Amino acid sequence: MTATAAPHETAQVSEIARIIAAHLHREGPLLPILHDVQAGYGHIPAAAHSPIAEALNITRAELHGVISFYHDFKDKQAGVHVVKICRAEACQSVGANALSEAVLGKLGLDWHGTTPDGRVTVEPVYCLGLCACGPAAMVDGTLKGRATVETLLAEVTA
Amino acid sequence: MKVYVPRDAAARALGSDAVAAVFEAAGHTVIRNGSRGMIWLEPLVEIEENGIRSAWGPVAPGDVAGILDGSVESLGPVEDIPFFARQQRLTFARCGLIDPLDLADYEAHGGLKGLRRAIEMGPEAIVTEVKNSGLRGRGGAGFPTGIKWETVAKARGPQKYIVCNADEGDSGTFADRMIMEGDPFTLIEGMVIAGLAVGATKGYVYIRSEYPDAIEVMERAVEIARQNNILGRVLHSSHEFDIEIRVGAGAYVCGEETSLLNSLEGKRGVVRAKPPLPALEGFMGRPTVVNNVLSLATVPVILEKGAALYEGFGLGRSKGTMPIQIAGNVRHGGLFETAFGMPLGELVNDVAGGTASGRPVKAVQVGGPLGAYFAPEKFDTPFGYEEFDGQGGLIGHAGIVVFDDSADMLGLARFAMEFCAVESCGKCTPCRIGAVRGVETLDRIAAGDAGAVPLLVDLCQTMKHGSLCALGGFTPYPVMSALEQFPEEFQGVREAAE
Ligand SMILES: Cc1cc2nc3c(=O)[nH]c(=O)nc-3n(C[C@H](O)[C@H](O)[C@H](O)COP(=O)(O)O)c2cc1C
Ligand code: SF4
Ligand code: FES
Repeated sequence: MTATAAPHETAQVSEIARIIAAHLHREGPLLPILHDVQAGYGHIPAAAHSPIAEALNITRAELHGVISFYHDFKDKQAGVHVVKICRAEACQSVGANALSEAVLGKLGLDWHGTTPDGRVTVEPVYCLGLCACGPAAMVDGTLKGRATVETLLAEVTA
Repeated sequence: MKVYVPRDAAARALGSDAVAAVFEAAGHTVIRNGSRGMIWLEPLVEIEENGIRSAWGPVAPGDVAGILDGSVESLGPVEDIPFFARQQRLTFARCGLIDPLDLADYEAHGGLKGLRRAIEMGPEAIVTEVKNSGLRGRGGAGFPTGIKWETVAKARGPQKYIVCNADEGDSGTFADRMIMEGDPFTLIEGMVIAGLAVGATKGYVYIRSEYPDAIEVMERAVEIARQNNILGRVLHSSHEFDIEIRVGAGAYVCGEETSLLNSLEGKRGVVRAKPPLPALEGFMGRPTVVNNVLSLATVPVILEKGAALYEGFGLGRSKGTMPIQIAGNVRHGGLFETAFGMPLGELVNDVAGGTASGRPVKAVQVGGPLGAYFAPEKFDTPFGYEEFDGQGGLIGHAGIVVFDDSADMLGLARFAMEFCAVESCGKCTPCRIGAVRGVETLDRIAAGDAGAVPLLVDLCQTMKHGSLCALGGFTPYPVMSALEQFPEEFQGVREAAE
């Protein structure tokens, strides 16, 4: 890892510069920038902080305040697969609590946890707009209605 | 022959992509429409032949061959299905009916008529029309839309904005999502009209990140609208308007309008104190209309058909129709648009057909996570802003979540507090600290300490009166309504059971 870090980081720096440049003309460019960085790297790498703060003329503390405010922005990478299970009321009414307990139990995780092999992360989500076909979940960006333990775990543990 | 298979997120979550693929493999062109709103029938396939459009649902990929050779019986036309037939669809008239991204289809079904009329009328008359329609904000607070527009119209600023609140975070709600996925041009048209009315040339749609399908459809619709001069120089008139789609980042509180504006500006989504009103000092400190998706998406039909028609529906000060979302443990869940005034019990028992589990209804939560629980004793409450307020509740964004008799009311009260603690923006103590204390207090009660109930009541009072916004201020609604209607569940359950 360490041996390849330098060229890897250079590529990262120029990619982040490209993302910043693509949004800088907008009114309020920070969230669009952070979304693109998050999408590209699966988290907001520390190396992105200085260039973003400088380009937007804000302090690194302010930037950190923004990143930490939003659930979507992570400071470290999640597992290969991300399972988000809706915990909100409509899904609770059709068994979401039992579903999430079973999924977390099978994987031996708490909310936000990642399996030791780095394959699966389970996160809570509060409503996916699938409240008439719950329990609802999202597996690697794909929405699932009437989710079961089997449908949620089939893909990610295969 | 035309084949319709919804691309609505709920339909897709129930497998509509695979169904569409089988039709395509059989050589048919598939129109990916929005949902007709009967979620228990999704994926709902429609086939139009000889001017008749018949429906099948729920359809699995294996059913397609039988549908095509006529061996699987149809449900008949959607318009004849009782759940659909008894609706009054104004805002959702086109949703599911048309190809969402086909502008010609949109115009063939009344699209752009409202905007054309608006351009002829001019700003003041548009504001008057919206005022006369009685339209109130559909995001929750129910503030008259026309009056908000008037304030922004009269405000001075180098630039004004229309910000569409598409953060739809309330559990049990999905109407904003459905209209963005099923009839995106309606929202665009409504925003352009709002821009004309107040003198704004720029609009933002702030869509929550949990809605990838809505984001994609809206992005494409904005592009198409630009290419066809709905955006840009509006229908070749002297007016300019453009729209940009922005994506939220997983914070419920960003649905609160001032928090949303901070988020749009790239800041923490902390709630701002009012005044100043966003209408005067909103996005970038400039005059801004912040309206919910449904408020804006209802404007075109008001302009098309006239304020009087819209105002003719409803009850008391709740004018027009409301796209009610029926969710949770129900037999027939989905989107049901009807004039204000239908009693809650009729919605739950007749329209939705009771619970999916077949067990008795214990309670329904109306208006999202900040809304009160209603036990069946209150089911005669008519669906309206003042009527629900009078019963210690709120209609909010009109989501109804049904629970059967297995519901754990103390657990739900605890969840309300936990949700508030997780999502609090942190600005005020009663919300930030109070919600955490609320969870602890409910845990004590659950552990058998019924003496903690007065503490909980006190805490709710403090949160209600000491919070800056409705997240902290209204979390007491679900908690207190559960406590008041189901006191036996807060009496130290464990001890009693032993
Ligand atoms: C915690 C909180 C969350 C809210 N979430 C939303 C939301 O998701 N969508 C929305 O339109 N309004 C939401 N609102 C209401 C908005 O603050 C605001 O009243 C609304 O966007 C105004 O538009 P309208 O007049 O068209 O309803 C929320 C309010 C609070 C206090
Ligand atoms: S009530 Fe809660 S969410 Fe609202 S401003 Fe106060 S701390 Fe923020
Ligand atoms: S409450 Fe789970 S999807 Fe809405």
